[in-house]
Amino acid sequence: MHRALPLMSMMALLVPSTVSSQDGAGAQVKRGEYLVSIAGCHDCHTPWITGSAGPEPDMKRALSGHPQDVTISAPATLSPPWSGAMNPTSTGWSGPWGVSFSANLTSDPETGVLRDFTEQQFIQTMRTGRHQGQGRQILPPMPWPAYGNMTDDDLKAVFAYLRQVPPVKNKVPDPLPPK
Amino acid sequence: MAKVIATVRLLRSGRSHRSIAAGAMLILPFVVLMHAPAAPQSTTTPPLTLHETGLYADPGTLQVDPAHLAFAPQYPLWSDGAIKRRWISLPPGTAIDGSDPEAWIFPVGTRFWKEFSFSGERVETRYLERRSDGQWLYAAYAWSPDGREAQLVSARGKRGAYPLAGGRSHTIPGVADCKACHQGGPSEILGFSVLQLSPERDPGALHAERQPEPHVDLAYLVDRGLLVGLPKALRDAPPQIEAATATERAALGYMHGNCGHCHNERGSLQNIALFLRHGADTAGESVLASTVAQPVRKQAPGQSPDAVLRVEPGHPNRSGLMQRISSRSPALQMPPLGTELIDDEAVRLLYRWIAEKGAFIQQAHVNAEGR
Repeated sequence: MHRALPLMSMMALLVPSTVSSQDGAGAQVKRGEYLVSIAGCHDCHTPWITGSAGPEPDMKRALSGHPQDVTISAPATLSPPWSGAMNPTSTGWSGPWGVSFSANLTSDPETGVLRDFTEQQFIQTMRTGRHQGQGRQILPPMPWPAYGNMTDDDLKAVFAYLRQVPPVKNKVPDPLPPK
Repeated sequence: MAKVIATVRLLRSGRSHRSIAAGAMLILPFVVLMHAPAAPQSTTTPPLTLHETGLYADPGTLQVDPAHLAFAPQYPLWSDGAIKRRWISLPPGTAIDGSDPEAWIFPVGTRFWKEFSFSGERVETRYLERRSDGQWLYAAYAWSPDGREAQLVSARGKRGAYPLAGGRSHTIPGVADCKACHQGGPSEILGFSVLQLSPERDPGALHAERQPEPHVDLAYLVDRGLLVGLPKALRDAPPQIEAATATERAALGYMHGNCGHCHNERGSLQNIALFLRHGADTAGESVLASTVAQPVRKQAPGQSPDAVLRVEPGHPNRSGLMQRISSRSPALQMPPLGTELIDDEAVRLLYRWIAEKGAFIQQAHVNAEGR
């Protein structure tokens, strides 16, 4: 019995740790959901529709990016003093960089942009403004310089939340070059 | 540290339900931390001028301090045709630890400079310094139009630093972009490594530069005690890329110097499984195994749909790798930063390699069937 005591003590310590680890993962996802809701991610990554009270994000397609069936083939034609424009779904943005389309952030294994991202790459993407942290530049108006100021823990929470957002199959088109 | 303090406060308050043993386990590291020697203060901000980094013995004449060692890697990075000069400075009495050939450890206080010139005009000088906390300090300095002094560039970088062909211009990279490449592998120092400083230099290396005096290479560093711990095998047999042909050696070397800092087996992009960096093992197997006849994982925006393989032997035009390096469309181009102009010589070299690779494989099939 005396010999078993240290082992039992250790097991007693480990069991609550396992439970708290699960609680921790759940809390991380909740934290991520909260951050996504206050950081304005739905403003561009969820297509907007006109509801009874005016334009609002269509949460049935939450975070699925620019709808593949909404075709935009050229940048907006603008005259001074204007330099940018957006489309009614708030997912297509035209400016000096050309036209950018917001990415599908859902967990869809075929069309979700994060399907190839590791947690580290997601953090680096927000820090550097480059795809997977080292690749092509992320186009405006993605406010990565602001999100890059988040702590590692906050960015990990956002990533954990996004990885479990219900999948929406939606292949976002490639960006268009400027005129 | 904040977490440790919070834990201690929790334990002191008596609200913890953990055992005394668990408490002791938590407190022990705290005690150790409290008694650990404090790290020396480190420089966290770069000097405002290049002169203050100590590059020049005489800032008036721009004479480089003769104590610094000029060097040239055998497979240089393409920087739109810029002429580059590089120097390293080790603190007196220190040496590089070369025990891990993949990731040399540089002593605190090590400094690197890389100067970029276009058409004989200095445009920028980049600077790296190993701080006392072990981190590298990144900075870039833009030269004044009269070429007399260079001022620190904003951490966001500087566009339009020098006009290039086709209406493009040289960009001095921001710190985030510097780190995107320099922190993409096992070592933050890219051009000063086993393969880059091997005395067995590749005669076919693209954009090869004349080695400046005093011809810094592995033998030079080891002989003077500036590089210690280098495995004996590497001292006895200086590394060179093993390849089927001279063209292949040069092609693999080019990709090592221009792509391998991100595409390697130890960096954060390892899940892409594209390995273009050669370590001490220079057999080149992982490079070939991850490129030749390997499928393109995900089409980049603007990539031709017929490029289904990264390297399709005998078919350079529909090899994904060729389409990426032949483009300077921002979403498609490779490398994705640090270059505005296509490296035409590299395109020709890699085109030739892929074309020859097809003939080589075809001949191997013929030989095998003939047996």
